[in-house]
Amino acid sequence: MLSLQNISMVYRAGLVETHALRDFSLEVDEGDFVSVTGPSGSGKTTFLNITGLLERFTDGRYFLDGRDVSKLSDAEASAVRNQKIGFIFQSFNLIPDLNLFDNVDVPLRYRGFSAAERKRRIERMLEMVGLASRMKHLPSQLSGGQQQRVAIARALAGEPRFLLADEPTGNLDSHMALSVMELLAEINRNGTTIIMVTHDPALAVMASRNVHILDGRVSDPETDTQLAAAASA
Amino acid sequence: MFSYYLKLGWLSIHRNPLLSSLMIAAIAVGIGASMTTITVNYTMSSNPIPQKSDQLFYVQLDNWDPNDKREGGFEPPDQMTYLDAMALMKAHKAYRQVASNRSGLVLEPAGEDARPFSVTARNTWADFFPMFDLPFLYGSGWDDAADRNLEKVVVLSKETNERVFGGENSVGRSVRFNGIDFTVVGVLDKYYPVPKFYDVTTGAFDEPEEVYIPFNVALEYKLPRNGNTSCWKKPDGDGLDAFLNSECIWIQFWAQLRNKKEKQEYMDFLNAYVGQQKRLGRFPRPMDNRLSNVMEWMENQKVVDDDARVLLGLSLLFLVVCLLNTIGLLLAKFLGKSTDSSLRRALGASRANLFAQHMVEAGLIGLGGGILGLGLSWLGLQGIKALFGDIVVYLIQLDWVMVLTAIGLAIVSALLAGLYPTWRACRIAPASQLKIQ
Repeated sequence: MLSLQNISMVYRAGLVETHALRDFSLEVDEGDFVSVTGPSGSGKTTFLNITGLLERFTDGRYFLDGRDVSKLSDAEASAVRNQKIGFIFQSFNLIPDLNLFDNVDVPLRYRGFSAAERKRRIERMLEMVGLASRMKHLPSQLSGGQQQRVAIARALAGEPRFLLADEPTGNLDSHMALSVMELLAEINRNGTTIIMVTHDPALAVMASRNVHILDGRVSDPETDTQLAAAASA
Repeated sequence: MFSYYLKLGWLSIHRNPLLSSLMIAAIAVGIGASMTTITVNYTMSSNPIPQKSDQLFYVQLDNWDPNDKREGGFEPPDQMTYLDAMALMKAHKAYRQVASNRSGLVLEPAGEDARPFSVTARNTWADFFPMFDLPFLYGSGWDDAADRNLEKVVVLSKETNERVFGGENSVGRSVRFNGIDFTVVGVLDKYYPVPKFYDVTTGAFDEPEEVYIPFNVALEYKLPRNGNTSCWKKPDGDGLDAFLNSECIWIQFWAQLRNKKEKQEYMDFLNAYVGQQKRLGRFPRPMDNRLSNVMEWMENQKVVDDDARVLLGLSLLFLVVCLLNTIGLLLAKFLGKSTDSSLRRALGASRANLFAQHMVEAGLIGLGGGILGLGLSWLGLQGIKALFGDIVVYLIQLDWVMVLTAIGLAIVSALLAGLYPTWRACRIAPASQLKIQ
């Protein structure tokens, strides 16, 4: 479903070049729940930006559902994001002066659905995350866990091909984090592909597959172990 | 999507009330200043008789001093001599024609206790009323026979009729001017042409006259004249007859010519007339007869004077300064919500979507500025009225065209001011704002 092939990303600031991703390749199949881990500066952010079509890369190719999306125009990339990718952010990123209904409505507006269709989807999604009774509330009237549930509802409302979750539990206490993770697991069991960046190994193991990024590359666990052993010797 | 953008714009304005108020105030001040001067210029330059302004022609014959040459050559005088005006009236070559001049009379109301008072008067001809579409409350103008037969008839303005007859239908009643009894044949309805196109020599924005009497009667009874009179050589002798036979100009002459053919024929007639007069030793300058329609004549007479144009330019410059302030404020506002914009980009908004959203918000701010600016314009116009008094009362009226212009100008200004901030807001890289980590 999703194929990143030999992606390189180089940031240039004057004469200084920073290689955020080097020859990065990754395949994600339909229905996968992939956790992405790695230390700070390893390239996780760049990976997510590129996968979410929020940033262009320097070299390589990116296929989504068999379509090369490496060099889409702004309008085309926006349409792909809108139709195929759902975003979940660490800080929820709900719009503070829109109520829950209107927050979930945002991606649907750009999709061009009719008012009735939008209403149907929004109500269904808010019901799924258990907040249907509070759809007229503002985000500030909700707990962090509830806000993240709204963000999940928003990400799912357009029925995307996959979810990109950026530390979805990073701002939540352990109880709420577990609740959100259970919700994501359920969403995945229902067939939605999820790619989740996390620092927390306990959460990473809840995914069906883990990808570790180190120095801009997908790390090979065996090589890493040998390098670690060599380093400790 | 437009209604959605309107909703977002409204929410955004509410989110930052102080910043939004500052922007609305900046636009309002600029609009208020510019609309005040635009209104005055608009009224000054408006067409006072749009239904037939292209059929009414001011007639100029160049009988002036051959030694009075200005930059750019000779310019025909702006009025006509009695000799020429009467010759043209007698020839009756136009569909309608009117020679007229302004005068002043003393109206002596009936009743022992009533005190006489001065009125402004126009000495004119029967065609004056149908030619210039004067509205009548009672009766009508007089006819050609009244002109020929020196009938002492009068048409009163609505205000004069109210003052003398209490607003009743006074047609057929008698009213005395300068000791002479006139019979009322008509009472005008409200009539305030702006500018007072048929005679701009006595003030383009003066009020129209209070009474209208036949030109021939005014001469016959030697009633006074108080319009402008200019002479390039002295009359040959004293007295009214010498003055009437002189080269002094004091009459405004208009002809109604309904099409190009009539205009051309009339010009041919004028040329033939002046040619004949030249053979008689008059008209020493090269022949330069002119027919100017209403708007051409207003332009020729610089009804909108240069000061008003300069003031208009300055006020528009002030609007530009206000817009520059608005640009800065909009930039701060739009960049301040870059996280919101980035989030929308991530959720599928294209740059075009964001552009439209921000421009609608700028337009809403412009609308607010326009409404507030209208209030300031009204205050500005009241200030002009307080400063200059009744002489400008007809120049300071905000009609619906001006109201729509103010709103439109404010919205367009705000959209122009919003272009750069919107462009900047749309260029923000969403990834940099969303803290994907």
